[in-house]
Amino acid sequence: MSETLTAGGTRKLQIWRGDLTSGELVDYELETEPGMVVLDAVLEVQRSQAPDLAVRWNCKAAKCGSCSAEINGKPRLMCKTRLDHLPAEEPITVEPMRAFPLIRDLVTDVSWNYRVNEQITPFTPRENLREGIDVKDGDFLIDQADTDRMSEFRKCIECFMCQDVCHILRDHRMHNRYYGPRFMIRMASLDMHPLDGVDRLDQVADEGGIGLCNITKCCTEVCPENIHITDNAIIPMKERVVDQRHDPFLKILGRTPNKGRVKPPARSSTPEL
Amino acid sequence: MRRDRWWVQPVLIVTALTLFGIYTIVRVIVNKHYAITTDGTHMQSPFFSPDLPGIFSFKTSLPWAFLVLWSPLGLRTTCYYYRKSYYRSFFLAPPSCAVAGVARRKYTGETRFPLVLNNLHRIFFYFAAIVVGFLWYDAIRGFFYHGTFGIGVGNAIMVLNVLALSAFTFGCNSWRHIIGGKLNCFSCSDTARARHGAWQKVSILNGRHMEWAWISMFTVWGTDVYIWLASSGVFTDPHHIF
Repeated sequence: MSETLTAGGTRKLQIWRGDLTSGELVDYELETEPGMVVLDAVLEVQRSQAPDLAVRWNCKAAKCGSCSAEINGKPRLMCKTRLDHLPAEEPITVEPMRAFPLIRDLVTDVSWNYRVNEQITPFTPRENLREGIDVKDGDFLIDQADTDRMSEFRKCIECFMCQDVCHILRDHRMHNRYYGPRFMIRMASLDMHPLDGVDRLDQVADEGGIGLCNITKCCTEVCPENIHITDNAIIPMKERVVDQRHDPFLKILGRTPNKGRVKPPARSSTPEL
Repeated sequence: MRRDRWWVQPVLIVTALTLFGIYTIVRVIVNKHYAITTDGTHMQSPFFSPDLPGIFSFKTSLPWAFLVLWSPLGLRTTCYYYRKSYYRSFFLAPPSCAVAGVARRKYTGETRFPLVLNNLHRIFFYFAAIVVGFLWYDAIRGFFYHGTFGIGVGNAIMVLNVLALSAFTFGCNSWRHIIGGKLNCFSCSDTARARHGAWQKVSILNGRHMEWAWISMFTVWGTDVYIWLASSGVFTDPHHIF
């Protein structure tokens, strides 16, 4: 995409206005300052031209994950997208995330994600990891090598842009069949935890629907924390499912992944959008 | 709605992969001029490696290279990077990020035949790794002219090709998983620690898997074109025998 440096000046914004029943892109024009981000511009429109404009934001530091939107058609954090990084000759479009139900204007209802999260059994310490370590006593010794791999996933700020860009949710609306990239990384971080005692592979494959993911890597492309969602979480989890279900050699050898871990309790329900 | 030129990448990928596919099929059916044998060397085209008629005395008039090519081509077809490429570019599922793809009656991803077979990527890896071993053998064999060490342009091309193919093959996501990624604990035994070290090294290659996929595809093609032209007499492979 061409990037045009500007030192402020007049910019045109097209902001989605409406609710679930109807809506349209509305033109706004405003004077901008050098260094402004899209959220600055949207809040300026809200202050000076459209006080009823609904927009969700909080930290303005790319850490709370609240101001996710689709800027020029791509999921981005409004607070992290500078105006001078967008083509100056075109209006800037700002739309709500499409994968979730619209509440109003730029605000969507992302509560489906929290319902999915509830389906995942949280960290549960396993017993008898090795001699000298009693997990039950809180002796949570983990080697740096193991924390390094998981710490990448802890950077997630739950902006849900990976969920928004995922075509399984966005286009095919299969919210009841696929948990989405954000929860693939959560399940990966739990599965790769050396002290965890739960085997979630059936859940990843069945309710989680990892087989639906065709690894087109859009989730990785939009992640504002640069988490390698596909390469470091989804593909490793797909490979673990292959270990469990598809690898003929492992079947012959009788090898099963996550040996010694217990199955999680049955899930209460399928999270519907 | 995206207004940038998101369609450029799918167009380039469709063009490149289609041309490579057609070239491969035509080349294997042509089935001749696949080795430079000037001055007693033997530089085998990567499309025809291992040299089944030469090494294993396998005799047939049919395009025998298909008997081997299924494994490296299968590796590429089921490769996680190539899957991304063809799902986007050929299947338009989706053509680019946040761009709606072709409307389908029912999307099943990789849960149904035939795409579920992509889960057998590691099987193709095992066989393709053996083929890479033969390519190293071919590259080293090419340095000997009637048993005397020599060096030439063809040798350099073959070494570059096998280096690129090794970087692609051993940066594979399945290999990264098998070598250590599948472990839940990297520190629980000496073996696990050794595998963690190997996993880190494979991860470095894997971080550039896309680049190695394209580089190695072009080096295979370029090596074959060079050998085809040189062995058919268009030019002589420049070399020096020590």
